[in-house]
Amino acid sequence: MSVSSAVPPAPKRSLAQRAPDLVLWGGLIVLLAIAFRPAELSKFPLLFTNSGNMQELGRGFIKPDFTQWRLYVSMMWLTVQMALWGTTIAILAAAPLGLLASRNITPAFIQIPVRRFLDIVRSVPDLVIGMIFLVAVGPGPFAGVMALAIGTSGVLAKLFSEAVESIDRGPVEGVRATGGHKLHEIVWGVIPQVAPLWTSYALYRFESNSRSATVLGLIGAGGIGQVLFDSLNAFAYSNTAAIVVVIIVAVSLIDMLSQAIRSRLL
Amino acid sequence: MKPGYYGKAPKTLMPDAAVLSIRNVSKTFGQRRALDGVSLEATKGEMIALIGPSGSGKSTLLRSISALQTIDAGPGEIVAFGGPVQKDGRIDSNVRKTRTRIGMIFQQFNLVGRLSLFTNVALGSLGRINFWQAALGLWPAETKQSAMSALHRFGVSDYATQRANTLSGGQQQRGAIARALVQKAKIILADEPVASLDPVSARRVMEILRELNKNDGLTVLVTLHQVDYALRYCDRVVALKAGKVVYDGPSGGLKREQLIDIYGPEFEDVFWEGAPT
Repeated sequence: MSVSSAVPPAPKRSLAQRAPDLVLWGGLIVLLAIAFRPAELSKFPLLFTNSGNMQELGRGFIKPDFTQWRLYVSMMWLTVQMALWGTTIAILAAAPLGLLASRNITPAFIQIPVRRFLDIVRSVPDLVIGMIFLVAVGPGPFAGVMALAIGTSGVLAKLFSEAVESIDRGPVEGVRATGGHKLHEIVWGVIPQVAPLWTSYALYRFESNSRSATVLGLIGAGGIGQVLFDSLNAFAYSNTAAIVVVIIVAVSLIDMLSQAIRSRLL
Repeated sequence: MKPGYYGKAPKTLMPDAAVLSIRNVSKTFGQRRALDGVSLEATKGEMIALIGPSGSGKSTLLRSISALQTIDAGPGEIVAFGGPVQKDGRIDSNVRKTRTRIGMIFQQFNLVGRLSLFTNVALGSLGRINFWQAALGLWPAETKQSAMSALHRFGVSDYATQRANTLSGGQQQRGAIARALVQKAKIILADEPVASLDPVSARRVMEILRELNKNDGLTVLVTLHQVDYALRYCDRVVALKAGKVVYDGPSGGLKREQLIDIYGPEFEDVFWEGAPT
């Protein structure tokens, strides 16, 4: 090949091509400026001028009081058990819902309503769902389990369906071509492909549910959260600090456990 | 196994009855006509190569035969073993029965990567065993046996417990053919079965297909990019160009002029091992 002509210049982006980026970033900056006052960002210096209050709170936190550790550990264990059941029920609900919400395997007249239904489920805060079950079954862990189950199934079903929508169509067609039923296509063609991602999502939700279950203590759903809020309300900061340590240790343990499971499965 | 030319005599069909009939089939993708009034008959025991340049409709035709995609509404019709596969743009409701008798081999093998080679091959029996056994993977003894004997026959039984995605392309493709065998397929549709393989694996796969055709009496319809493979392994060649059949006859009748007509003056490019002069 003869190279007689000049080498063309490197590509340059015109203003028209850059305009969307400028609008996006400019818009974000304007939005941050607007939100400055409502979010009370002007109070930022208080973090340093009022450091005396912080020190007092900090002193309590520095000396965690573990005298009631048996109670804390047993309550944390209760919370983990709530999270375990809440997540399990959510997985059982999210698997079929996630498949039904996937564009590539479910016809639109089912898929779109299921998607909207999941949007609604996800947009109801866990605390509100918890209150509803509290009224239905009375205060206690079961209300918390159901609140976690419903909220998590909405999130997991959406994540599951996104995993299904990104599968390779080839293996599914391979199964279809053998004369398998639609259910066989899902069991043998779809599930093996999404299994690692589904497991990963489910483990992550179990982890985060162990934390969320803490918040549900606020509405009387039992577990470590209830003890946490009782001690906060009593300004017993040393006890609070001990409880927080128990939660951190428990969540870290669960994180390590799920890492181990994940690396075995992938 | 006794070598029988063109297999055993068919039991239910006339000796030269068509096992596969494609009648006036068209398929349009947007503005593009992938198939334009294609008609083709395959008799039992034939080994047919489907050739033509990229985008000529070869894959579309095979995918239509196994009803992985619909054809255009209209007079078009595909019939296999006397039963309808699809007609007038609609896939027949009994297509799953028909599919069990048609094995499909893909360019990308289409095994399920995370499942073992054995499980992938056992999937061939999905359409003919109990629904729940199939869904739960409780393979009947007959499935296990035919899966292992098919793997053994193609020299890949050593890899039965390995995940399919850890195997080489040639091993996966032989697994895919084993799956078609477990399916007890009577027709094999192979869509560019050797296009992703190295020449040695490619020849091996073509020889297996030829053997299934000669020894087991299977009807084979194979799309090929390499025309020399079509000439070497197939008795009959059907050439497609822009969705139309432009040649249908014995592979020996395909001469330089026809090839130039099909592929243009650079037709030598579609030969791996030398073009005819």
